[in-house]
Amino acid sequence: MNDVITAKNVKLSYGDYEALHGISLDFHENELTALIGPSGCGKSTFLRCINRMNDDIENIKITGEILFEGKDIYSPKTDLVELRKEVGMVFQQPTPFPFSVYNNVAYGLKLAGIKDKELIDQRVKESLKQAAIWKETKDNLDRNAQAFSGGQQQRICIARALAVKPKVVLLDEPTSALDPISSSEIEETLMELKQHFTFIMVTHNLQQAGRISDQTAFLMNGNLIEAGKTEEMFIAPQKQITSDYLNGRFG
Amino acid sequence: MHEIFLDELKKLNTQFMEMGVFVNDDIDDATRAFVDHDKKKAQLMIDDEAKIPHESLDIQKKALKLMALQQPVATDFRVVISILKATTDLERIGENAMSIALETIRVKGNPRIPEVEEIISRMTHNVRHMLIQVLTAYVQDDDRMAKEVAGRDTEIDEDYVKARKLIVDGIENDPTAAVASSSYFVVTRLLERIGDHIVNLAMWVVYKTTGELTELSNPSEEKTI
Repeated sequence: MNDVITAKNVKLSYGDYEALHGISLDFHENELTALIGPSGCGKSTFLRCINRMNDDIENIKITGEILFEGKDIYSPKTDLVELRKEVGMVFQQPTPFPFSVYNNVAYGLKLAGIKDKELIDQRVKESLKQAAIWKETKDNLDRNAQAFSGGQQQRICIARALAVKPKVVLLDEPTSALDPISSSEIEETLMELKQHFTFIMVTHNLQQAGRISDQTAFLMNGNLIEAGKTEEMFIAPQKQITSDYLNGRFG
Repeated sequence: MHEIFLDELKKLNTQFMEMGVFVNDDIDDATRAFVDHDKKKAQLMIDDEAKIPHESLDIQKKALKLMALQQPVATDFRVVISILKATTDLERIGENAMSIALETIRVKGNPRIPEVEEIISRMTHNVRHMLIQVLTAYVQDDDRMAKEVAGRDTEIDEDYVKARKLIVDGIENDPTAAVASSSYFVVTRLLERIGDHIVNLAMWVVYKTTGELTELSNPSEEKTI
């Protein structure tokens, strides 16, 4: 199994406060890893480290290593725009830009300097199809993306992230703002997309983690408590505290 | 929220243990009635035959409700699933005991083969002890003890083979013993089956405790089927 991303002893502190106490975790190619844990455990913070979204926070200090395809993303040589093209992100609240569906999905491509209209058309269509939103948008590509329903907006955002053909997509609670039907549609989409992309998803929905993830990592108080195959974790976790959390005994 | 689940689970565990004790008593009553030719006692058991299946159904309904409404995972999941599966085995043991009681009523007395009845008594003693032990292992989450109990099924199987030989010899020596002997065949076979269900119970104890799902039956088993 190929590790696309390897985190080694990642520590993060805001001033004197250490929020991550040394996380080491491998992310395998074409798998979906779920990061779970109580609020404030550091899972979103850790997720944001993976495409350097925390860089601009004041007084932040990150040590350890995060390797993307073997290269340290925190090395001074790393081109941030290049990194984020490879490691995309989808947020909890759908965040379409206030312009057309087409321009939303084409945004990253144009940013990357692609001018070939035909190529952009093709990528937009392909991405919308991959995100399972093509049917609803193909006749409305000029419609403002914000005019769509929440679930549709989220899938437009997924299409936008996929358009630049990233290797990895980070998902920060991608369905927590959606109703069960839209959530389930997104889950199905992700299951399909796993063949082509590697996903890392923060979720509070443990059933969702059980349904769609291959690997689960349980974090608490800035520590990685346990990580492993989702199936094993949900049937026979190594630690009682993991079982307690999965069953909602605290958190 | 979780308190409710734990509370329900505790009640379910208690009910499961109670059922285990009932079933264990049934084995004793049935085999005692058989050896003593006590048709009255056997009839009393048969009159009450709905008790165990009723209990089993009630436990299963409660366990299914917990699965559907509380969606337990990990340790809690294993506990509920184990109860669900183990209850079925316990119910089968109860059915086997009931069949021994039925055989008591059917059997047309004498003459008897004392050596076989001795083996029946020993098998009964052993399966009852194994059942108590496996239930203790269940309560104490003791997978080691469960495996030990499963290992003792070999003794039951050996006794079963011995009994068959004795029964055949008995018929050869005294053809008038043939009628009673057909019941001996049935009863020893039922006791041997009870042993197999206890091995299944042990398997569920191991699963509940460790998450490991493996057959615990011994290799000699094939010979006795």
